[in-house]
Order: sequence, then structure tokens, then C-alpha cells
Amino acid sequence: MSRARVLAILVALVVLIAAPYWLPGTYYVNIATQILIYAIFALGMDVLLGYGGLVSLGHAGLFGVACYGIAVVLAAGWGHAAAIVLALVVTVAVTAVFALMSLRATGIGFLMITLALGQILWGLAYRWISVTNGDNGLNISSRPAPFGFDLGDASAFYYAVLVVFVLVFAAMALFVASPFGASLRGTRDQPRRMNALGYHVWMIRFCACLFSGLLTAVAGILFVYYNQFISPQALALTASAEVVLMVIAGGAGTLLGPVVGAALVVIMKNVVSAYIARWNFMLGAIFVAIVILMPEGLVPGTVRFCRWVRKGLWGPLPRIAADPEPGR
Amino acid sequence: MTALSVRGLEKSFGGLRVTREVNLDVAPGERRLIIGPNGAGKTTLFNLITGELRPDRGSILLFDRDLTRTTSRRRAHLGMSRTYQIITLFPRDTLLRNVTMSLLGLTPLRWNPLVRLDAQQHLIEQARTALERVGLAHLAARPLSETSYGERRRVEIAMALAQNPKVLLLDEPFAGLSVEERREVQKLLADIPREVTIVMIEHDMDVALGFAERISVLHFGEVIVEGTRAEVVANPRTREIYLGE
Repeated sequence: MSRARVLAILVALVVLIAAPYWLPGTYYVNIATQILIYAIFALGMDVLLGYGGLVSLGHAGLFGVACYGIAVVLAAGWGHAAAIVLALVVTVAVTAVFALMSLRATGIGFLMITLALGQILWGLAYRWISVTNGDNGLNISSRPAPFGFDLGDASAFYYAVLVVFVLVFAAMALFVASPFGASLRGTRDQPRRMNALGYHVWMIRFCACLFSGLLTAVAGILFVYYNQFISPQALALTASAEVVLMVIAGGAGTLLGPVVGAALVVIMKNVVSAYIARWNFMLGAIFVAIVILMPEGLVPGTVRFCRWVRKGLWGPLPRIAADPEPGR
Repeated sequence: MTALSVRGLEKSFGGLRVTREVNLDVAPGERRLIIGPNGAGKTTLFNLITGELRPDRGSILLFDRDLTRTTSRRRAHLGMSRTYQIITLFPRDTLLRNVTMSLLGLTPLRWNPLVRLDAQQHLIEQARTALERVGLAHLAARPLSETSYGERRRVEIAMALAQNPKVLLLDEPFAGLSVEERREVQKLLADIPREVTIVMIEHDMDVALGFAERISVLHFGEVIVEGTRAEVVANPRTREIYLGE
């Protein structure tokens, strides 16, 4: 790692740790918490979308399984630890079943199957009233208190989420640079070649799905403890599309992109909507601008822009990275 | 014992019989050339041999081991390597990474999510050696998208050789190369040791005839003529099919 990178990471950590002190109030601390939760969700999506080249529109369903898992287990009178473990296990198990069905295809086929499966889960949450309480949703009475730290307070919960986020981010960084990460990217760029080189393309994709599902479950668990409430809305197709947009807007196949995308969407949704009634319109306009000016996403786009500025404004615009597989 | 043996291979796409009763016996260390006009089913034959396509009938043996039901990826582990007529490499990665991916495919390390690939020195050294073998070591750090077509052809060969195959299948390794590049690739192929058996599809008769010891002529999915260089060239059927006389 270069010195500049180590410094950047340290600065980012200090800024994040100090956030409850420099942010103007509890409301903004809660926004920061939301950003981190969605960043974890988006990182989970990035495993498949960015590194595996598989676009899923069913991830909100998996997210919801983790949320309802917590709520249902707690309602049954079990403790938080049991609820968290069960929610993780069940969500990864459901992801495995999803992957078995949807990995029969790639591209549009994969997208359509995940969409259908996500809708089934949404339908279950909506209609299986005896378990999910339907449209009214489920409440959670308390947040867990790990090692005796009470997470009821906004700042305390923020720190808990920050710890999980840093762990997830580090795990992602490790995964991306690992041989398995390289294998996954290989199956994205040249699946046929990878097969001929001796790689088990299907199994690599399957493992990537499980990892993505695990991160989604982590985000779901934090989300349900943050809101202390879950309703079918969290499983809706729009929620799946939103996380896909976060990844694409920030930069698919990058580590920082999904985090930036999550921040963008959460800030637009919560902060800007307080000032502008048509915030959805604003969000749409921003997405259009990103697609036109930085089609590879905000993070890689900004890197390209900075290089261009550094080389002098008179130089030619650097080209967007070559298309992985124009022939297919 | 044969290095590669194909027995009664059949493949149809709908009503079109692309491979008809093909028999091949390639001895260990042999250099075999497969020629035939466009659409003769040469690449399909390669896809059947490497397992990318499943034959309707017939069998494929690698050193007397029946591979007909073996998956394509397993065949790579058993010592079968190929290059593609249409270049299929990783365009965003460097040449070194391209070859590293080829080596990684054969080690259990490919499943490891917990170490850094860049820290796997032995693997990267091996990849560098493979690039040296094709004369591209000086471009190791260059992204593939910034290399010439001729260099990419050589990366294809480096990737196949890096896997240390027993049988190497080359699908038109000279396609699209300049005269000078052809000479380089020709020399490169001539330097491959005899432990490697080579089966090659090629259109360029000048380079290909110089390289091959035995030749099979494929026409409409059938092996029409097979024999030594001299036999095949002298055979009137070759001239009929290939030269249209």
C-alpha cells in the first residue's frame, strides 16, 4: 500500500469516528448510520454486479429475509444473539436456494429470475399475515447490548454500525485482491476461457452469491435494529433497484463506488427532500448526469477527471476503460 | 499408446452433421496439422476434443484415458490446453495477470479469498517465465488492451504453455499475423519441447506444412485424407478439396 493510501484511510477513519461530534445533531448522526448500512448492502450487491457481472433485482428480498428473521425470532421470545445468528444462517440459506435457481442463466435471464424470486419474498411478507403481520409490519422492542454497551442512543448505534462497516469494507478489500476475487472477475470477463483454463465457473459464481447474500444479511440486520420496525416495503422491487442504482452511480467493480452511491441516495432521500419537494426528480436528474458524464460511475469517473486535470487541461480526454467483451 | 485419440466422433447441429465419424490417432510428441476449407468443422472438432461441446457419439481419449464424459475444466487439469482462433483474453488486465490467471486455474489457490494474489510470488515468477518464453517479458506490466494483435496471439500461446500441457491444441495461431510476426510465432512453436504433443488448425499452408509431421484433411466434417506431409500433398483428393481443381 502506498503512503498516500494509508494516509487517506486514516483520515477517513478519523472523520468517521468523529462524525457524532462534528455533525450538527442526532438527525444527521442517524443519516450517517443509514449511509453506512446502505453502503454495506451496496457492497454486497457490488460483489455480484461489479465483480461477477451478474445483476440481481432480488436483493431486497434477501435483505428482507434477514430483517423479518430478526423480528420473528425476537417475537418468539429468543435473545438477540440467537436472532442474529439465525437471521444470518437463514438468509444465506435462502441465498443458496436463489442462486441454485438463478445461476441457470446469466445476463437478462439471471436478472429476471432474481426479480421473480424477490417478488415472491415480497409477496410472502405482504400476505403471510400470521407471521409478518402483513402491511402493518413488525416492531422490535429493543436493540441488543453487546458486551454491556447500550445501543439505544443514536451515537452508540452509529459506532456499532461503523465497526461492522469497517470489518465489511476490510473483508471486501481482501476479497477483491485475493485469488478468488480474480477468479470471479475472470468469470465476468471471459467465462468460456475460464472454463477451458480449469476454473469451475458455476461454483465460483455460486460462492460469490453466498458472499453477497451474507453482506446483504448483515445490512438487513443493522437496518431492522436501526428502525426497530420492518414492513414489506423494504422488500419491494424499488428497494432492489435502488441498491443497484447506488452501485452503478458510484462505480460498479470498485470498493469505494458503492459507498459513495449509498451516500448519494441516502442524502438525496433524507436531507435534500426536506428542501426540495421533488427530490425524486432531482435524484433522477443526477443519475442522468452521471450516465452522460461519468458512465463508469462517480468514483472511477472522478479518478479519470483528476488525471485529466493533472495532465493539463489541454491534453486529450482520457478514454473510458476498454469494454470487457465487445464481441459478445 | 496415443497422446490423443478420437474414435467415431459425431456431432450434429439440428440437421447439419458437422462432425462425421471422425477418427484421429496422435502419437506422443507428434505435430499434427488439421486443414480443411472454411466450414469443414475444424473448430467444432476442437470444441469437442476440449469438451466445450458434447459429442452425439464417439469417444475421446487422452493417453488412453477416456475423457468423453469429463468436463472441459477437468480436461485442463488432466493436461489439455488450447488457444482460440478468436482471441479470448482478459482485456483490462496486464499481460502478467493474464498468464497468472492461466496458472491459477490449475492450483487450489484459485478458491482462496483470504490472501493477496499479488503476493503469490511463485505463481507470478512462473507467469513471468512463460512470458519470457514467448518474448513478451518486457511488456509484462502493460494492460492487454494496449498491445498489438500479434502480441496478443503470443499471449494466447503463453497462457496455454504456462499450464504445462501434455496435449496442446492451437486454433489458427497464425491468423491475422504479419509476415514477420508469423516468423516469430513459427520459431516459438518450433521451440516447444517434444514432451508436448501439438494439434494445430491452420490455413496458412506455407508455415503450417513446414511445422507438421502428419496432416489430416477435413471436409464437410469428415477426415478425407490422412498421412505424412508428402502423402497428403501428393494425394489428388487434397488438391481437389483444397485447391478446387
